[in-house]
Amino acid sequence: MVIRATLAMSGVLLAGCSHNNQPANIIRIGSASPLSGPQAHLGQDNANGAQLAVDDINAAGGIILAGKTYRLQLLAEDDQADPKIATTVAQQFADDDVAGVIGHLNSGASIPAARVYDDAGIPQISPSSTAIAYTHLGFKTAWRVMTNDSQQGSALAQYATRNLHAKRIAVVDDRTAYGQGLADEFARAATTNGAQIVDREYTTDHATDFLSILTSIKASAPDVVFFGGMDPQAGPLARQMRQLGLNAQLLGGDGVQTDQFIKLAGQAADGTIASNPGLPLDQMPGGARFKREFTTRFGPIQNYAPYAYDAVYVMANAMQRAQSADPAKYLPMLASTHYQGVTGNISFDRHGDLAQGTVTLYKVINTHWQPLTTLTNTAAH
Amino acid sequence: MTRTPKNVRLSYSALAITLLALPFVLQFGLGRGWVRIIDLALLYSMLALGLNIVVGYAGLLDLGYIAFYAMGAYVYALLNSPQFGLHWPVWVVLPLGAACAGLFGVLLGTPTLRLRGDYLAIVTLGFGEIIRIFLNNLNEPINITNGPQGISLIDPIHIGTFSFSHNHTQWLPGLTGPVQYYYLFLAITLLIMWVALRLQHSRVGRAWAAIREDELAAAASGIALRNYKLLAFAMGATFGGLAGGLFAGFQGFVSPESFNLMESVMILCMIVLGGMGNVFGVVLGALILTAFPEALRMIGQWQLNQFGRVVVDPNNFRMLLFGMALVVMMLLRPAGLWPSRRHHREYAGERS
Amino acid sequence: MDIFLQQLINGLVLGSVYALIALGYTMVYGILGLINFAHGEITMIGAMLALAVITHLTGSALPIPVILLAGLLTAIAGCSALGLLIERIAYRPLRHAPRLAPLITAIGVSIILQNLAMLIWGRQYISFPPLLPQGWIDVAGARLTDVQLIILITSALLMLILDSLVRRTPLGRAMRATAQSPRLAGLMGIDANRIIAVTFVIGSSLAAIGGFLVSAYYGLAHYYMGFLLGLKAFSAAVLGGIGNIRGAMLGGLLLGIIESLGAGYIGPLTHGLFGSNYQDVFAFFVLIAILIIRPAGLLGESTADRA
Repeated sequence: MVIRATLAMSGVLLAGCSHNNQPANIIRIGSASPLSGPQAHLGQDNANGAQLAVDDINAAGGIILAGKTYRLQLLAEDDQADPKIATTVAQQFADDDVAGVIGHLNSGASIPAARVYDDAGIPQISPSSTAIAYTHLGFKTAWRVMTNDSQQGSALAQYATRNLHAKRIAVVDDRTAYGQGLADEFARAATTNGAQIVDREYTTDHATDFLSILTSIKASAPDVVFFGGMDPQAGPLARQMRQLGLNAQLLGGDGVQTDQFIKLAGQAADGTIASNPGLPLDQMPGGARFKREFTTRFGPIQNYAPYAYDAVYVMANAMQRAQSADPAKYLPMLASTHYQGVTGNISFDRHGDLAQGTVTLYKVINTHWQPLTTLTNTAAH
Repeated sequence: MTRTPKNVRLSYSALAITLLALPFVLQFGLGRGWVRIIDLALLYSMLALGLNIVVGYAGLLDLGYIAFYAMGAYVYALLNSPQFGLHWPVWVVLPLGAACAGLFGVLLGTPTLRLRGDYLAIVTLGFGEIIRIFLNNLNEPINITNGPQGISLIDPIHIGTFSFSHNHTQWLPGLTGPVQYYYLFLAITLLIMWVALRLQHSRVGRAWAAIREDELAAAASGIALRNYKLLAFAMGATFGGLAGGLFAGFQGFVSPESFNLMESVMILCMIVLGGMGNVFGVVLGALILTAFPEALRMIGQWQLNQFGRVVVDPNNFRMLLFGMALVVMMLLRPAGLWPSRRHHREYAGERS
Repeated sequence: MDIFLQQLINGLVLGSVYALIALGYTMVYGILGLINFAHGEITMIGAMLALAVITHLTGSALPIPVILLAGLLTAIAGCSALGLLIERIAYRPLRHAPRLAPLITAIGVSIILQNLAMLIWGRQYISFPPLLPQGWIDVAGARLTDVQLIILITSALLMLILDSLVRRTPLGRAMRATAQSPRLAGLMGIDANRIIAVTFVIGSSLAAIGGFLVSAYYGLAHYYMGFLLGLKAFSAAVLGGIGNIRGAMLGGLLLGIIESLGAGYIGPLTHGLFGSNYQDVFAFFVLIAILIIRPAGLLGESTADRA
């Protein structure tokens, strides 16, 4: 009895330790995003998007490399949106000899993790980190399938000044790496296009009360209020604009262009304009199918799931062309990617940013996001 | 086992060998990720030891301790990164960061000398938040800290041409970056432990204990409250600043979000859980609280290997279990896992 | 538009919610000398429970006030039970333990509640159904919405009731006696455990109402919302003098106004050197300054040190 228990125990221990004896016909891919904490819904969304891609690839027969069939396996880890945990997760992926990593959600996690992946030579494709610095660290392993702040910010500024003819703009950001990055790039591009930034206000990513800053903004009578931040803040912000009788046009980035924003803003959502990279989902070849499949399995799409989905395919595509899942072999192939994904046409510039930064603008009409126009610009910086 | 000199020497040697071999065992057994976790645990041990001086020795409840860690980290980051193009040597930057933090410890301590207990807690909490908010916003009008984007590409800790981040597997198999940091951090942790122990049993330590137990009585018996309280703040802050500098070099990236209130609370949990006032208990608390979430993470991995899928996702329950562990621990051992003798007596005394 | 008046209204409404929640901190502290760190999470659970019931009933034949009331009462009942449970499990066994032990269990309980809420209600923000009046009245060029007015009236009423309860009734006298000396109060025939239980029920009920009002005001609830609310309310309690009930009310209102005016005027005051990004710095700075001048808070008694 004792011996059997001991054997079982050592079996458990061995299983726990077996980090590098993966079965020969399996390719492991990591997914890193916050699965707990306030951004858990976005992190889970990314993990689900990647999981769907992995399952779709496996269902379609897996990846055939040099005549041998491989199945993909996804290891989803929680980085808690914390830079420290992110590097630990990255190191664990490196120890597990994963072939590549989809992640992280936040730039603040992607950037420190990038150094670990670079050391280990593992390609990292972020579906949602937009800080310019992420791909400009000089690491060959860092890629993203999402427009960067500069691409999105200048598209938004272009729309604000040319289409909305905004002269006076108030800018609000949530002092996170994402919100501040996008707001700064927007403000820079808008000023270049001839608009005036009449007020610059700030909030935090936990705030729900914006009445004070909106009261100040109202006093400066802007045509457009730009918000760099996420939907949990944008929703009440839109409500409170209405409450104060501030009738300027609300404009936001991809953090705002979500169904949750409409849910949280209620009636006040109507008229809001926000951007999201890529083409509208239903205008993409595989978009409608993706939406259907994803929704049936995981419920509504939060935001970046399609990008996580594409990131896995981009990686698989490079492996296919290299005929190898060895990072050293397929990493160079990522540079020559030309992949038609759910979110758009994916190819990279020399930094690992999207060569074609396609950004679509949407407007809330009758509590639904309706596409307005799609703008394309090449990677700035 | 009787405490003959021979036995003591034997157990010390055994401990030394264990500590020296640990990173290699972890690395080959569980992977480099675990060495990195132990590195972090050592950094937290330094922080916990520093906070223990303020809270455990002098009895001053400090909820903004992470600010000193942040200062050390930013001093290192600003003077050793492309941010200003500066690359100062480590032996200048680390002490400088520690000194800056110590100075701020005194600056914080001076106006708050009159405050006690929970009032001090909220003021220190406010101080911690103020430092974080400044770090988060000092990218305008002049870009000093690079704001929320943080500072990346920080130089690793290096002595001459020896960089702790580079693998030296050609010298010794398995001598990777995390393993080298382990030895560095271990040495510094041991040094801080030694200083803390010496302090505890010195005149200063006894004065702190007196202040902690009864401030009025301490003042009446001629202890200069002001000086001793400031000294506690300064010592604690200095260790925090030193740990911060090491963290910046180890991590290669700092951003204000790493230094939030929850971190201060975590370090407080470490010392209370481990055993306030006891150097060994405090280190134990730091090790357990750093490793616990990571150990849970392994359960998911194990399920994947065992059943081919994750049946119960531990990510959903990790923090829940952590919270429960805190409550249960405190109910069973309110003086901590490894209480200091003095605190233990206090507790026993109150009960009777 | 009168900007100053508008900022004052914004701050007053925010402050009265802070005050309601701060009362829970201060009452428990007054009696047990314990920072009930989990109080913010009780507020969150209140908001979540109320929203769950209200969302469930929305669209039914019931009139809107009944739906809202059902949500509110569920929240009050649920939070009271939760407050009692927390006191029984996490605080009572530690009444004579070292001072920091109950603080750690309180942190543990917060983490548990937060994660339970996440497992039950999900990671998403939950929106408040559009049941509330959308109108507003003009006050000398500033806007006061109906919901703001409801919040101001409700919290003012609750504070008046609580104040007279503590000052005029036998129960209140027993509470004050227990706060001064549990041992002596016991000798006078006061059951300390009962008084502590009543304190937790009242504090948790106020938290439930606070949570309900916050979610109605901002139109959302989230499992993480309790942390920041709790922190603000705790600061308010300390500002007013923790343990002092009128102090908590004053502290809450003041903190709300300080935050609001800070965000609005810090830019012009510093000639644009600092902006609304420093609003929390401003709030903490005022808090610290007040505590340095009055080390036991605005209305706190400086003699008794419970630490």
